[in-house]
Amino acid sequence: MTLLSLQALTVRRGECPVVDRVSFEVREGEVVGLLGPNGAGKTTLMRGALGLIEATGRSSLAELPAKVRAKAAAWLPQAREIAWPMPVEAVVRLGRLPHGDDGSAAVEQALERMDLGAMRHRPATELSGGEQARVLIARTLAQEAPLVLADEPVAGLDPAHQIATMQVFEKLAREGRGVIVSLHDLGLAVRHCTRLILMQSGQVVADGAPLEVLTPTRLREVFHISAHISESDNGPIFQPLEVIR
Amino acid sequence: MKLYAALAALVAVLFLLSLSVGPAGFGRLWETTGPMPLILWEIRLPRAVLALLIGAALGLSGAAMQGYLRNPMAEPGILGVSGMAALGAVISIHFGLSTLWPLALPLAALMGAVVGVALILALAGPRGGSVTLILAGIAISALAGAFTSLVLNLAPNPWAANEIVFWMMGSLADRSWLHVSLAAPFIIVGAVVLLLQGKALDALTLGEDAAESLGLSLGRVRLWLVLGTAAVVGAGVAVAGSVGFVGLVVPHLLRPFVNGRPSALLPAAALGGAALILAADVAVRILLPTGDLKLGVLTALVGAPLFLHLIWKMRRGLA
Repeated sequence: MTLLSLQALTVRRGECPVVDRVSFEVREGEVVGLLGPNGAGKTTLMRGALGLIEATGRSSLAELPAKVRAKAAAWLPQAREIAWPMPVEAVVRLGRLPHGDDGSAAVEQALERMDLGAMRHRPATELSGGEQARVLIARTLAQEAPLVLADEPVAGLDPAHQIATMQVFEKLAREGRGVIVSLHDLGLAVRHCTRLILMQSGQVVADGAPLEVLTPTRLREVFHISAHISESDNGPIFQPLEVIR
Repeated sequence: MKLYAALAALVAVLFLLSLSVGPAGFGRLWETTGPMPLILWEIRLPRAVLALLIGAALGLSGAAMQGYLRNPMAEPGILGVSGMAALGAVISIHFGLSTLWPLALPLAALMGAVVGVALILALAGPRGGSVTLILAGIAISALAGAFTSLVLNLAPNPWAANEIVFWMMGSLADRSWLHVSLAAPFIIVGAVVLLLQGKALDALTLGEDAAESLGLSLGRVRLWLVLGTAAVVGAGVAVAGSVGFVGLVVPHLLRPFVNGRPSALLPAAALGGAALILAADVAVRILLPTGDLKLGVLTALVGAPLFLHLIWKMRRGLA
């Protein structure tokens, strides 16, 4: 089933298109990594797809009424804001707002998946930045939406929780949901995403299987880097090496 | 729930205390003959009811504004509506309308509040974020302050200026059922509107973007919050003048007891505000029985040091 369908989605800031005629579909079972250098338009693309900013073209999510969309897609913004000293559990429960229920089972599962059981009663604002990030990911999980859009969810997490978070996304996909995740860590993207979409200056320059997208030519032209890629028993290993100008 | 019950009990006790205090003597609530029933019904009861309503209005709107702006320093006056209401009242005093007809002053204040709301909605636009709202509020407050100074400046004689200054200090002395009937509808309707925004304020804890993705219409929430706050604050200023610090301090004090949750804070702050104004209005009568200590002066005298203490505590928490 198609969870998101974009057709020539374009977002302009003034005259200049920040996202330029982007079209793709995301189906259940996919973990789509959204890659590209700073300013490529990853965040704007996701916000446009969700209908949070004005866009032209079509997005199947943006066309939905706000309350329906909140059940169809969960959004994890990059800015990690928790304004008040609410207990971790209560912050995670905010994910249930679109459903208007307590959703205890979903909240419990989200807490467990993000390894937050031990700190569930602590005020979320007193946690470290990485812990707060996990609380907010758990909030997104508790929303139980078929599609999760996450903007750099692993930035600032320790290595173990970076891997664990990506594994949670993979698990969601196996359960029949879909994930779109913007990433700067190409190694994580190659190992944990089923598909990568590479963006540059607002346009999609490549879309496909991870190692087909991240070719040496594209790495040089889009990211200005060279990289070492090898196969191992537990998946591909990707290590950026040098800056090429 | 325990918190609400405790606060409600406190409000009830303070309400009875407010009925018991006055120049005619302490207590005597049970007398059925003599002047006391009339004093209770015509003087003390409307005053206590107004204290309850205005305190609840200030506490509730303060909690709502802090929740919306996600800033513990926000207060109901931030929209500039109270400044505009005060300006309306001051103009009516200046032109002597308030001496011709007692209702002229509160009605002029309400009109000022309506102009303030129109201005803030026009300035902040339908889709602007919280920052535009704050900036618009600051601009409107400054404008209202400038015109209030102008009116004072042009006062025909020192007594007129005196009257304006004393009115602006805020008081509940000598209010009647007429004032209650004027303010109550606005405060009750506005309070219901604000209480209904609890879920939206909870969602806003995660920021505007995340809240919108949870199904919230930010524009609509903002419109309701502005209208609700304007109604309760405008009506409050119209009958009692400017009473500061309650809307700032009460939500701040009660937030830890509701685990920071904005929706739970709304009713708690309403009860807490009511308790604080009832207590302050009892205090002004006990502290200076023969004089006329203004309610707004007392709340500022108590509120400002309390606020300093909170800042001090916050700074130590951050260090």
